[in-house]
Amino acid sequence: MKRGLSPRWLTFYVVSYMIFLYAPVILLPMFAFNDATIIAFPLSGFTTKWFGLLWTTDALHKAVGNSAMVAVVTAVVSTLLGACAARAAARYRFPAQKAVIGFIMLPLVLPEIIVAVALIVMLMQLGLSLSLWTVVAGHVLICTPFSIAILNSAFAGLDQSLEEASFDLGESRWGTFRRVTLPLVMPGVISSLLICFTISLDEFIIAFFLTGTDATLPVYIWSQLRFPSKLPSVMALGTILLVVSVGLLVLAEWFRRRAARRQGKGATSTEGFV
Amino acid sequence: MTAQTPSRAPIIELKNVCKKFDQFEALKNITADIQEGEFFSLLGPSGCGKTTLLRLIAGFEPPTSGDIFIDGKSMDGISANRRPTNMVFQSYAIFPHLSVADNVGYGLKTKKLPKAEIASEVEKVLNMVDLGSFGGRAAHELSGGQRQRVALARALVMRPKVILLDEPLSALDKKLRDQMQIELRDLQKSVGITFILVTHDQEEALIMSDRIAVMFEGEIAQLATPEELYRRPATKRVASFIGVMNFLDAKVTRISDDELELEIAALGPVGLPKSAAPEGVDPAQITKIGIRPEMLTLLFDPSDKAEHEVAGNVVSNDYYGDMTYYSVQLPGQVDPVTISMRNTAGRSIAKPGSPVRVGWGADSVVLF
Repeated sequence: MKRGLSPRWLTFYVVSYMIFLYAPVILLPMFAFNDATIIAFPLSGFTTKWFGLLWTTDALHKAVGNSAMVAVVTAVVSTLLGACAARAAARYRFPAQKAVIGFIMLPLVLPEIIVAVALIVMLMQLGLSLSLWTVVAGHVLICTPFSIAILNSAFAGLDQSLEEASFDLGESRWGTFRRVTLPLVMPGVISSLLICFTISLDEFIIAFFLTGTDATLPVYIWSQLRFPSKLPSVMALGTILLVVSVGLLVLAEWFRRRAARRQGKGATSTEGFV
Repeated sequence: MTAQTPSRAPIIELKNVCKKFDQFEALKNITADIQEGEFFSLLGPSGCGKTTLLRLIAGFEPPTSGDIFIDGKSMDGISANRRPTNMVFQSYAIFPHLSVADNVGYGLKTKKLPKAEIASEVEKVLNMVDLGSFGGRAAHELSGGQRQRVALARALVMRPKVILLDEPLSALDKKLRDQMQIELRDLQKSVGITFILVTHDQEEALIMSDRIAVMFEGEIAQLATPEELYRRPATKRVASFIGVMNFLDAKVTRISDDELELEIAALGPVGLPKSAAPEGVDPAQITKIGIRPEMLTLLFDPSDKAEHEVAGNVVSNDYYGDMTYYSVQLPGQVDPVTISMRNTAGRSIAKPGSPVRVGWGADSVVLF
């Protein structure tokens, strides 16, 4: 008896799935290089002028600056918090551990619009004015779970006897963290920084609700969509963002794998023939 | 070889050490002295508390009650990084991001020694463990045996009072393990640092140690030299844990001032000095004796003589190349006894079913 689908059907399924996923994304660079203000087929010619236009738009540069600031601060803060949580989860046993970790991971699945509305209500109640810092707070909330997820494997894969060996050799707790723990989880930390940076850079809903007068990049793009003539340059901007995001994620994954390999290598060769 | 007992004060004193994990008593009232410069082993099956005891000495965990003294000082409240002990971990715990030289020099760097001094110390120790040219290697480029040496060098370079070894050879294959046992023992003798080895391998403990503490269920069952442990095991459990032991039914028939007369069902009557009975055991209560397989001999040649002789029947034989292990049925004993014979030149192997004469001596009888 044959089980499952035939290979031919599976191939067909995979190809159509890929088209469904990526065809809209492919349109972005297509129209970014199209020499026409109207977004429609047929394509009329090749140009890079939309990219040139981006170069001279001051409002855009400001938005990029805002986004970069928010993303960097978010990445650093989320990774710090994530490292603490991952370390605690890997090393210590405490009451309701699963529940606590679960609650921290919850923003991963909460609808962003709910989080955004809840945050804005709370900020209003506290009488805080909206600014890029409130965006940072919102982004930290949604990035920390990602950071924990990445760093969990880095910390959990760390052989505890390495830290004990360092301590046994006369090093202090802090020195052990600095000389042994940190270098070994570093690839995980970098991966977490990159992913949090990317998430924050691309995030729209929370930024839209929580920012005051300073627009982040996605908010700026959204504001530009109202003007049809700006559409091609938005496409160009989108193309750049796409490349940067994918690039960062690939880099992050490379670091994460390197961490796993480093530890995996250590772990398998110390296990030896057992 | 009998272990000399140095007259100096013990380097480690364990006084009524107890350790509880929740309700589980991992160590029950351990009291023992470990002498300076000796190779001391903690031997026992897994879960007997030997590793826990080692970790208590290292300072990774505090005892629930009792005291540990190292070099005359109480270790109460002194953490692992301030104790004069260094550990060789079972996993070796080689820092994967550092080179061999940086691994070995790790502890010296915490002591804030000048760089040149660290480098020369590291080189000296690496030469000591035959890794002279390996300083620049990355940790993952090492074989199991080399990792073991790096872990040892990393402890040696600290010149601690005591080096603690947690099953350091268990990850190595048999050939390498046999070689490392001798190397490790010789190294210990040449540096003179006290070694405490945790192992579940009785052969390893016998080969390497000056003294062995056999542990069962969180207690020391016997603390003795390897020879004493093998020849005069204190309990049946120790006897069967260390090597192979035949247990035979026996009865004390007469007790005089300095002599016991026993009737061993399978071997016949024998007279033994009263001192052969272990301390604290009433000779009248003895129901079993032990005798090692190599202490029983098959008398192949009619001219072969032994102190005592008994007739038996070969049940089966197991050929090991240099040795043959025979199962021999003796009269008055339900289970056959095991007899090991060295295969010398010109001697044939006795076939199952053939009658044999079994020779033995009174001094090889162990009383329980």
